[in-house]
This record gives sequence, C-alpha cells and structure tokens, in this order.
Amino acid sequence: MTTTPADLSRRRLLGLSLGLGAAAALGVAACGNDDKSSSSGAGNGGKDYTGPKVSLNLWNGFTGGDGDIFKKLVDQFNTEHSNIAITVATYRWEDYYAKLPGAVSSGNGPDIAVMHMDQLATFAARKVIQPVDDVASALGLSESDFAATVWKGGMYNNKRYGIPLDMHPVGFYYNKALMQQAGLDPNKPPTNRSELEQALAALKGKGIQGFWMSPFQFTGGMTGYSLVYQFGGSLYNNDATKATFNSPEAVEAVTWAAKLVTDGHSPANVGQDADYLALKSNKNAFNVNGIWQINDLKKSPEIQWGVAAVPQIGSKKSVWANSHNFTIVQQPKGSDANKVSASKVFINWLSEHSLDWAAGGQVPARNSVREDPKFKELTEVNTLAAELPDAAFPPAAAGIGDVTNLFYTAFNEAVLGKKQPKQALDDGVAKADKLLEDNRKKYGT
Amino acid sequence: MTAPLGAARRRSEAEPSVKRPSRDAAEPAVTGAARLDAPSSAPRTMHGRFTPYLFLLPYLVVFGVFGLLPVFLGLWLSLHQWDFQLPNKPFVGLDNYKELFQSDSLVFSDWWESVRATAIFTVLSVPLLVVLPLGMALLLNRSFPGRTFFRAVYFAPYVLGVAVIGLLWRFLLDANLGFVNHLLGLVGLPSDTPWVTATPWAWVSLVGVTVWWTCGFNAVIYLAGLQDIPAELYEAATMDGATRWDKFRHVTLPGLRPVLLFVITTTILASANMFGQSYLITQGAPGNETRTVVSYIVERGLAQNDAGRAAAMSIVLTLMLIVVSVANFRIFRYRED
Repeated sequence: MTTTPADLSRRRLLGLSLGLGAAAALGVAACGNDDKSSSSGAGNGGKDYTGPKVSLNLWNGFTGGDGDIFKKLVDQFNTEHSNIAITVATYRWEDYYAKLPGAVSSGNGPDIAVMHMDQLATFAARKVIQPVDDVASALGLSESDFAATVWKGGMYNNKRYGIPLDMHPVGFYYNKALMQQAGLDPNKPPTNRSELEQALAALKGKGIQGFWMSPFQFTGGMTGYSLVYQFGGSLYNNDATKATFNSPEAVEAVTWAAKLVTDGHSPANVGQDADYLALKSNKNAFNVNGIWQINDLKKSPEIQWGVAAVPQIGSKKSVWANSHNFTIVQQPKGSDANKVSASKVFINWLSEHSLDWAAGGQVPARNSVREDPKFKELTEVNTLAAELPDAAFPPAAAGIGDVTNLFYTAFNEAVLGKKQPKQALDDGVAKADKLLEDNRKKYGT
Repeated sequence: MTAPLGAARRRSEAEPSVKRPSRDAAEPAVTGAARLDAPSSAPRTMHGRFTPYLFLLPYLVVFGVFGLLPVFLGLWLSLHQWDFQLPNKPFVGLDNYKELFQSDSLVFSDWWESVRATAIFTVLSVPLLVVLPLGMALLLNRSFPGRTFFRAVYFAPYVLGVAVIGLLWRFLLDANLGFVNHLLGLVGLPSDTPWVTATPWAWVSLVGVTVWWTCGFNAVIYLAGLQDIPAELYEAATMDGATRWDKFRHVTLPGLRPVLLFVITTTILASANMFGQSYLITQGAPGNETRTVVSYIVERGLAQNDAGRAAAMSIVLTLMLIVVSVANFRIFRYRED
C-alpha cells in the first residue's frame, strides 16, 4: 500500500519538522564539542574493550621498511582482538600533515594518528587531536616509564596529547673500507673532536673527503642542530618564546660544520642525500644520519659499514632526536565512545609490543622495553639508544616546526658559503622571532 | 590554429583560394548564418528566450563553483588571519596586503625574494621558450625524411610529469655525483659546477630544464600556425624577388602574429607560475634564493596554514600578471594598427 498525500496530515508534518529541528540542534551541539564535552574519557583508558565490534582507521607516515613492520603488528593485534578491526593508511609525512586537518574537519579523518613529538602542540592547538590523559593514568604510565623529555613533550596546556611509541636520534655512520684505506682501525670510529679531526686528516692524506656536509635539513641541518647543542647552545630559550640559534655557541657550531667544506673534508655543494649515497658508494667515510637508515644499509651486504654514537665535538654530548607518538583524533560529529576506548586498547597494546617495533629501526620509548635483553640483541639500534639521555628533542610549542625550518635555511646558507655563519644565523633569528610572535598571536598562547 | 596539423596543411594545399582560415573566415560565416536566420520565424518557435542560457548553464555552474567562487573566497580569506582549523579567524582588513610592502614585517623579505626569483626565471625563460620553439617549428615544417620522428622526439619530454623530470634532473645535475658533471669532466671541462646549489648555475639549470621540458609544446603550436599561412603568399613573395629572410620577416611573422601572442602570453603565465622545478630540483637553495612566488604561497598557505597571507599574495601575483598580460596585448595591437 502506498501513502497518499492526504495521509501526511498537518499534525504529522509538524511532528516531523519538530523532530528534524531537534536533530539539527543536536547535530549543532555535537559540532560544538571540544575537549571537555567530547568522550575522551570513554572506556577504562585502554585496559580492555568489551563493547560491540568496531573498525578503526589509523594513519601514519611510515613509508619506509618500518611501514611493513607496523602493518605486521597491526595484523597481529587484529587477530588477537576479535571485536576491533584496524585499517592502516600510509602517506608521506609532509602530505600527511597537510592532509590530516582537512580530513578531520570534514569528518573523514582517522581515529588514531601517529605524529612526531614537535607536531603535537600544533595539532592540539588546532583541535585536530584530543587529550589522552586518562590513557596514561589508567595504564599507570608516568614519566619514569619514558625518557623524560619525550614524556614532557606530549604535554600542551597541561594536558597530554601523545603517548610516545619510539625515539629516533641521528647516529654516526662510517664506511669501514675507506677507514682501512686511510690506515684507520675500522672498528674504532672516532668518539671526540680530536679523534675525528685526526681521522679526517688521515683520510685527506689518501685523497678522500671524509665527512660530506649536506646543506639540507636531511641530514646536514640535523647535524648542525646536534652540534649547536653539543657546543652548549640551544635553538630556543627555555619556554621557546625567543630563538637563540645565533648565540656564540651556535655560531661556533655551525662554523665548525661549514669549515669541513673550506678545509677540504667535504666537497662544496653537496646535494640532497648525496652525502649518504656517497657513503654507500665508498666515496664518503662519515655521515651523520637518522637511525632509520640502519635497515636500508642492511639491505646492501656489500657495503662495509658501522654505526656509532655521534662523536662529542663540542663541550658536551648531544644529538638531534625526535619521537613518534600515538594520538586520538577529534571527530567533528562527536566521538564514538566505543571507538575511543578501542583506540586506547590498541595504543596500549602496541606500546607494550614496541620491542617488535624496534626491529623497524626505532628505539622504543618505554624504558622497560629498552631494558629487555631481546632489545640488546638489536646491536645497531641499541648502540644509538645510548645517545638518548643526552638527546636534544625539539620543544613542544604550537607552530614550532615552521620556526625550526628557519634554522635549517640559515644552516643551508652558511654551508653553501652564501653567507658567513654569524650573518646567516642572525638573519634567521630575526625572522624566527617575528614568526614566534606571529604564532603567539595565532595560537593565543 | 588548433586543427590537426596534417589536415590544415592538406587543406591549404588543396584549396589555394582559401585566404585567412581561422579568424577572418569565421566572422562572415557567422553573420551570414544570422542573416539567413532572421526572416524565417519557424526556428524561433522552437525555443524560448532562455534556451541559450539553459545550454550555457551546465558550464556556468561548473565555472561558477570551481572558478568564480574560489576567486571571491580568496578575496575574503585575504582579509583575515585564516587557519581553517582554528576557532578564531580575526578580520584584519588590508593588513595582509600592507605587510607585503612593510620592510619590518614577517613576510616582506621572503615575499620580495620570491618575487625576484620568479622575475629572474620569467625574464630568462620566456625569450628562450618563444624563440627556440619557433626555430624548431620552422625546421620541422620543412619536408625531410624522418620528420615525424623528430616532431615526436622534441615533443616527448612534455608528456612527462614535473615530479619525473624534477627528480631525474636533480640526480643528473648533482654537483658531486651527477652524470652531467661526470660528462663535462670527461671532455676536459670543469667537473665541479654546482648546478643546483649556487646561483647563477641554479638558474641555468632551472631555465635549461624548463626549456627542454616544455619547448616541444610551443613548437607544436607554432607548427600549426605555420601550416595555416597560405602557400600562395610565399609564391607571390618569391615572384617579387623576396629573399628567404624577407619571406620570414614579411610573410611568416605577420602570419604568425595571433599564434605568437598566444605563445608569449601563455609562456609568461606558465613561467610566472613556476613551482615544481624549483621545489624539486633546487629546493629553493641556496637559502631561499630560487624559491618562487607560487612555492612561497604554497609553503605559507598549506604547510604553515596561513591561508590569509597566502591568499593576499596570490591576489597580488594575479594583479601583477594581469598588468603584464594587458601590456602584452597592447603591444601586439599597437603593431597591428
């Protein structure tokens, strides 16, 4: 039987429109959700999940070999949890960070997102991710379980936004064949400034430019970053309100890097990745590069290489490092309590299984996992884990990533000989202070 | 102009009486049709007053939504401090525009450095992209064995995406490991030229790669234009004792004028919007010297989520390009008079 127009009486029409109005009002209320009213308190903070079956989307930027290991871990999680199904999507980090806010505000974002530590504050300020304090408290996680800087880096405006998964410092890669050629002991990489300078002199004697200095952020700029902290400097003051990378210590550090070129230990105009490719093709002896290259080098058994902690060139030990964190994404239509609590179960599970993740070439963030004897078996990764107590992580402030890029630009100009190091860094700081001021206005902090 | 090359050529050979094919011929045809149409009232009853607009509507909707609306949204954005994710998007009036001209502002030096980069690139690349393809088209317009093959060869790079050519040349041009320097070394030339990390070499690379990449496209346009020049004009010129240069100067160039205007205008616009090459090959290095305006707009608007300033810059760039294009049209019209 079909409904005739007459059936749709005025009363019913009225009721219908009232209902629609109410639904719309509810929708608006849901859109107005923010930290306080959203269901971030759902579940028991990740201990377990007993609700109906949910499917979750997770986004990350693990495009390298680490991506496969991550997927394997997710598969294992899915088989162990019959009522949670996680789907993983992987994008290049740059695309990923540009894509995420739009996806979230249009309601097409993921439920869980992996994020670098220095991005957490920015994305928290932009209301892309939601607090996860209860995950930390329910799981009994505290600062003592993690490296202190990494744990503190997840805080923004006194709320926790990230659960650290791993830490990834830079390390000192060396080509054993070239060291032998120069009469150096290939099993004793330099550990301090004088040993390094002697090794470079020996290599130069054999006509080898031993330490190619890339002017680009990956990973010349990161070498410069490490050196600034080694010489006693810092990129920012304590509360990251002023840029300080033109301090005398920072100038000395960048000058040391730029001098590798003028002293003939590095060719001029090293291209992006050319330093690392030269190490692999027996042209470059030393390269400071990310821990993530370990797995790449293991793929080429013909290369004789080793990795050690970055030599102490300045007055103290320090290296650039960053950390991957799990975050829970805000949903513009209001969070589904079941999904949020299932997400927390996953984050906790993977954090506990981060030893397997270490095989992807990352150092687990949890102290207990790092002390596991099985982690000690991962020789190379374990070597670099020793650097972490002295690592210089980027500060947690909204928009800080864009400001740090100005240091990398200054480093680029200095290493390319475009400007004197002091001039380049002074110019960079002048611009950085303006950007920091602008960020304060924008994010209202 | 856009007729298939072979067809255009065959037509001009077969019908020597056809004079100016494209524009001039089209006009009388239209007016003729209109006159024929006027007395008979039968077709008029076939459609109402709005029929033509209804036919236009589908395109108008698409153009409105994806063309006009974004322009007005951009104007609106440029008056705000706009991060679409932040709750407060304060109205700032013309501040985003003023900042571009205040030497102590955050964006002033970066903005003008990028304008300078775009200007250098445009000034260097446009003459080459206008003249070289013309020479190529003249050569490819003659009949010789293997002509089709060469036409394909010169056009081939254009089908590659910017990501492909960018990555390809970044490795080929690497100062220390690149193939270009290796080859130069083999023939005894300096083998340490910093092709992508120092100026002026970076400009040589960017312009060279762009010319290699896109000159085939302009050559094809010229070729179509050349084939639209009636053969009897050349015959008449030969009768009058014109030399080869005379024929080029007084027959080919005037015949190509509309094509030339099109090529120059589109090439200037394309060069002024250059982004991918510098983004991939030089990455703006040294410092930000080769970062173009579009590159800077993308960085501010999409990476730093500063849509307001990025929109203001886009609009200023648009105004600059309108001025250049108008000047371009004026110059060509002046010559026509």
